Amino acid sequence: MRETCLKEVYRLAKGDKRITFIGSDLGVGTLKEFKEEMPDRFLMEGIAEAHVVGMASGMALEGRIVYVNTISTFLTRRCFEQVVVDACLHNLNVRLIGNGGGVVYAPLGPTHLAIEDLSIFRAVPNMTILAPADADEMRRLMPQTVDWRGPIYIRLAKGYDPIVTDDSVPCRIGKALPIRAGKDVLLVTTGITLKLAKQAAETLQGEGISAGILHMPTVKPLDTEAFFDLAGPVRAIVTIEENTIIGGLGGAIAEQVAEANFDPAKRFKRIGLPDVFPDKYGSQANLMDHYRITAAEIVATSRALLGR
Amino acid sequence: MTPPASTAAPLDRRSRDIRAQIIHVLRHGGRGHIGTSLSLVEILRVLYDTVMRYDPKNPRWPGRDRFILSKGHGCITQYVMLQEKGFFPAEEMTKFCKFDGILGGHPDPKVPGIEVSTGSLGHGLPIAVGMAVCAKRDAASHRVFAVLGDGECNEGSVWEAAMSAAKHRLDNLVVMVDYNKQQSYSTTYEVLDLEPFADKWRAFGFATEEVDGHDVAALEQLLARVPFEAGRPNAIICHTVKGKGVAFAENDLKWHHKSTIKDSEIDQLLAAIEG
Repeated sequence: MRETCLKEVYRLAKGDKRITFIGSDLGVGTLKEFKEEMPDRFLMEGIAEAHVVGMASGMALEGRIVYVNTISTFLTRRCFEQVVVDACLHNLNVRLIGNGGGVVYAPLGPTHLAIEDLSIFRAVPNMTILAPADADEMRRLMPQTVDWRGPIYIRLAKGYDPIVTDDSVPCRIGKALPIRAGKDVLLVTTGITLKLAKQAAETLQGEGISAGILHMPTVKPLDTEAFFDLAGPVRAIVTIEENTIIGGLGGAIAEQVAEANFDPAKRFKRIGLPDVFPDKYGSQANLMDHYRITAAEIVATSRALLGR
Repeated sequence: MTPPASTAAPLDRRSRDIRAQIIHVLRHGGRGHIGTSLSLVEILRVLYDTVMRYDPKNPRWPGRDRFILSKGHGCITQYVMLQEKGFFPAEEMTKFCKFDGILGGHPDPKVPGIEVSTGSLGHGLPIAVGMAVCAKRDAASHRVFAVLGDGECNEGSVWEAAMSAAKHRLDNLVVMVDYNKQQSYSTTYEVLDLEPFADKWRAFGFATEEVDGHDVAALEQLLARVPFEAGRPNAIICHTVKGKGVAFAENDLKWHHKSTIKDSEIDQLLAAIEG
């Protein structure tokens, strides 16, 4: 997905002179062709994220569309104020591409785990948040980022994630994708958790439970219309995200559910990271299992909410 | 190295008038940063009177020199200059910090002539570097001026941006530091010493000069020489006095910021400016 995303930046830049790329201190050879073919629009600015985001904002004020790339935690935490004040307050065309969203960097420990990136950026006015499920979805979204007005955070997954999306539902920034209709429970996903929801929906179907899936690669702005369309018939709603359960996708949907005052009330549960700093290493899959962000947990939660 | 003493420069009629206008804006708002606005007067006066290219009727004219008041809390002085040059009507000055005014306690781009929101310190120079890099790559002739506070130079982002400015050989970038040696709590020497300040900028790759920041002729002369050196960004350490022009407020931290200001104090300030 990272490779696809950066290749798209390169491809789009070839056709649009406004597009500029800024990295911090990325791996050797990153976007080599971009650097060679468009050196005036390729910058590697060092481990100085506060400056990088400010500089990107200055360039966006001059009409550039600036794609900034580094590790998620450094692009969200280190320079949060620059993101808020420079990029978002001025509503600039700065695109922040965060490597290793969620627990991708499990072996590197909590300094590198982006457990709250969706939550903190969701609270910032003008910010758009994208968390695609796979490389194909990334490829569908990237061209739309060029002319989207205002700052965008693009959360990258691990890479080589299984392809679970297709062209059957149009993928637009700001729009959720109704993946399947369901009458009993609605599973709401973002990022790679779509894969888990699809597995869970199949299992549930085998048990006679009709599970719908609404996939939200755009976490903000939240497509509430699509949510209420799919939420209408179901008795239970489960959100699944590789992010803290505080303030991310689950938080966003919880706000909608609470204020909708459904009658009869709907049962609701968030699946995601608990409010802790992970203290285990291993792999992303290990941490997802440890914190029970799994298809089995979605199945068990759905059953419990439905009293089955 | 001992910084040059500031300041022997006498204030002329224009410098006094600008200061009086600042005090009137304070009166309308009933609050504001005073000392820091007064230390900036000659820096901004020279930039707006004789150095920068701009068009008040077309504030976004692409050929304009970009100006960023990175020490955004000194904005009253910039408002006075912008209003005087015709960027917005005088009536706005009476609405400083008022609910329906456009002039807040920190600059905002909704004000004609203001490029970016500043006020949170350490943001202006990275943005200025981004603008200056674009100008270089577009082979545009406009320049980018950023005025920083001395306390602001405590921020690491200033020095990140300084390294980048040198790397990109931004001789179209002019950094001016209002070095009044006072920050909110105490002197810069006590809070977080910047010395050897000019040498720091030199070490970061800037062609660096020092000047009495209240000496209009000296500022004009120096700015006429920009770029000081081809391929190197410019830094000008402006030695100033916080509260300059109001004898009882000079170097008195009580006058850094006032959240309320009485009419009697306004009268005292205006009288002191006339000295």
